[in-house]
Amino acid sequence: MLVFGAAVVINRNPVASALSLVVSFLGLAALFMSLDAYFIGIIQVLVYAGAVMVLFLFIIMLLDLRAEERRQINWLTSAGAITVALALLLQIFYVVGNFKAATQTFPPLARSTSDDVRNIGLLLFGNYNLPFQIIGVLVLVATIGVVLLSRREPR
Amino acid sequence: MVTLGDYLIVSGILFAIGFAGVMLRRNLIIILMSLELMLNAANLSLVAFSRFRVQPNGLPDYNAQVFVFFVITVAAAEVAVGLAILVALFRARQTIDVKDINTLKF
Repeated sequence: MLVFGAAVVINRNPVASALSLVVSFLGLAALFMSLDAYFIGIIQVLVYAGAVMVLFLFIIMLLDLRAEERRQINWLTSAGAITVALALLLQIFYVVGNFKAATQTFPPLARSTSDDVRNIGLLLFGNYNLPFQIIGVLVLVATIGVVLLSRREPR
Repeated sequence: MVTLGDYLIVSGILFAIGFAGVMLRRNLIIILMSLELMLNAANLSLVAFSRFRVQPNGLPDYNAQVFVFFVITVAAAEVAVGLAILVALFRARQTIDVKDINTLKF
């Protein structure tokens, strides 16, 4: 999964990048399943590997992008970016290394999580009812905005 | 055995890859893909903590999974809006290279 995640960044062809992203998301869904989060794993496959990636590929085809054939790398910018990313990674390693609970294994579950759709649904429509409705409004606004943005000017 | 730290480290590496992608690449579509990678890295650590904190009734902590659900919803909306802006930009400028979009540059 990490290899394909890196391939997203390294590939010069946007289509190859997008396909690596699909494999990376499928690997991530497998990790979610291994953590007993079946519902999250399934919506990861449906939403990301399905809908979002179709959107990405569709836009790539629509814009008819070719691979960046010219390879003019700004070495100073690249070195700075890689340094900052590595510093972030080292900080994460340090924090996880000093985190006591990180060395413990996962406690066993007393019950099967095969009905986690029901449990998530109960929380979603109970405790988190207001955020759920706000998300609904957000998606509506995003839909209207996308339609408005992608409409051709009537002039 | 697989520990909580392993999942956190994988999540951290994935986040760093996404971050490097945003900083390194000049293609706006790939920058958006790297943003998705970073959001998913956060989701992975949320699900790992959800599984780690087993509730007294023997089930994982579902609050984190509801949060992941919200993150996925917002990310999908964000991708749709981002790609629509990208298409509008491509129509206006015929490019999606961030180097060529420097009108606001000081």
